[in-house]
Amino acid sequence: MLEVKGLSKAFGGLAAVDQVSLDVGAQEIVALIGPNGAGKTTLFACIAGFTRPDGGRVRFLGRDVMGLPPHRICARGIARTFQITQPFARLSVLENIMVGAYHTTRLRREATAQAVDVGRRVGLGRQLDMRADALTLAGRKRLELARALATRPKLLLLDEVMAGLNPIEVEEIVGIVRAIKDAGVVILLIEHVMQAVVSLAERVYVLSNGRIIASGSPTEIAGDPSVIEAYLGPGAAARLKQGRAHA
Amino acid sequence: MTRQGLIFTGPGVIALAAYPWVFRSNYAINVGFLILFAAYLGQTWNIAGGFAGQTSFGHVVFFGVGAYVSTILQTTYGVNAWIAWPFSALAGAFTGWLIGVLSYRAGLKGSYFALITLAVAEVGRIVANSVPITKGGLGILVRADPRAANFQFRDTVWFYYIALALCLLAMVIAWQLTRTRFGARLAAIRENEDAAQALGINSFREKVKCLTLSGALCGAGGTVYVQKYLYIDPSIAFGVDKSVEMLLVAMIGGAGTVLGPLIGSGVLHVIGELTRDLGNMLPGVSNAQPLSIIVYGAVLIAIVAWLPDGLMGLFRRRSKDGHHA
Repeated sequence: MLEVKGLSKAFGGLAAVDQVSLDVGAQEIVALIGPNGAGKTTLFACIAGFTRPDGGRVRFLGRDVMGLPPHRICARGIARTFQITQPFARLSVLENIMVGAYHTTRLRREATAQAVDVGRRVGLGRQLDMRADALTLAGRKRLELARALATRPKLLLLDEVMAGLNPIEVEEIVGIVRAIKDAGVVILLIEHVMQAVVSLAERVYVLSNGRIIASGSPTEIAGDPSVIEAYLGPGAAARLKQGRAHA
Repeated sequence: MTRQGLIFTGPGVIALAAYPWVFRSNYAINVGFLILFAAYLGQTWNIAGGFAGQTSFGHVVFFGVGAYVSTILQTTYGVNAWIAWPFSALAGAFTGWLIGVLSYRAGLKGSYFALITLAVAEVGRIVANSVPITKGGLGILVRADPRAANFQFRDTVWFYYIALALCLLAMVIAWQLTRTRFGARLAAIRENEDAAQALGINSFREKVKCLTLSGALCGAGGTVYVQKYLYIDPSIAFGVDKSVEMLLVAMIGGAGTVLGPLIGSGVLHVIGELTRDLGNMLPGVSNAQPLSIIVYGAVLIAIVAWLPDGLMGLFRRRSKDGHHA
């Protein structure tokens, strides 16, 4: 469904995304993990059209989407959320979601109905009349999800929708994301919360210093020495193994 | 619009229509005209600056272009004023489109956009001052021939009603912005342009559309001004003070609200009229003009400090409404 090949983006001398290739198939939830500064958000920005890549290819449903502006990419069926939530602060929660819903209809009544429906699905049913800037962090993350979902995407790019939430809130969002997937939306998510990655993703890509260093199922990834070293530093995998052997 | 809003609409319109029958003096009708006309121009600013967040410091450029286009068509080419009127709107629309395309293509936002509009209006003033077709600094006099067919009226009350009609038209358009997809998209762009684009909004196109609409309405206002005073010159057509007044009435009343510009204009003009008398009463003050400017300034500071959402913000805080009343 989504095919990324050899995608690169450098800021000055820093290769933020370096020859990254990944693919996401239909009916999948794929996670993208990696230490802070690995280039995950830049990769998302490149796919969604917010940053122009230096090279490589992005194809979606068999068509080239690289270099298209964000609104055209949204029209192709890719919606993203923002890691740092970007609510329309002075609009109500319902109006926020309606902006997304207007992507599929010109009629106010339909947009309202659709926004109410999506709002309920993500658990914002009781906050619809609140101003968006009055929401808690957990509420704002839900709002990001709701707005993107309201555009009726085929592929959702979720950028850390669970960061900063407590375990109960994470559990709720996991349930919502799973329900979205069951409704037929393909999901690529950036996530640090491993509880969520393990319970949601079928496949995981690990990004470090702009490169994909490993991919596989969550359990395969968790045991991969290069992944452990990317997070804990060189030699960490060996020391961990030694530690276990001694115990 | 809220239910409250709808309940006030009918009586409000009737009161405005009845005003010249209650206050029959020329003075009162002229003040009424000035309030409605400033509210109209303020609303055209509000459509771009309030609803879409495209704050312009040079909105007068649309007014000036509109004023000159219909006046030159009349005086140089002998076109009837009524027929010339739509061309003012077209010229205003074209100016809005051009400024929008150029500055948004260049990615200018916020204060940069504001400064560009200010600069464009100044360029307009300098050009009008120096080219022969505008008769330069002398200005253009329209030959007085007060017949309705010439868009000139002996009784100023007709201009009052024209201003009222324009004001209501602009309010209906603004009201539509609170309940249509176009309006929702403008609000999204105002609040967060990146997020708007992520949700499929072509922000460039929507902003250009908005500025074109605002320019068309503001340009149409230019003709009305010239037909009432039968004179236009570069500093009237492109003066900074008019730009400031447009954004001031909208901000005092409440930027991004339907009623804001009308309320702001009413308050500002009433204060202006009162302080003019105050100035004459104070000993040693010979020219009241600076005093009213000081009062305008003080009002603006007070609004920004205590009522950032304008006077409409007071109502909204009480009725706990969403952003769109």
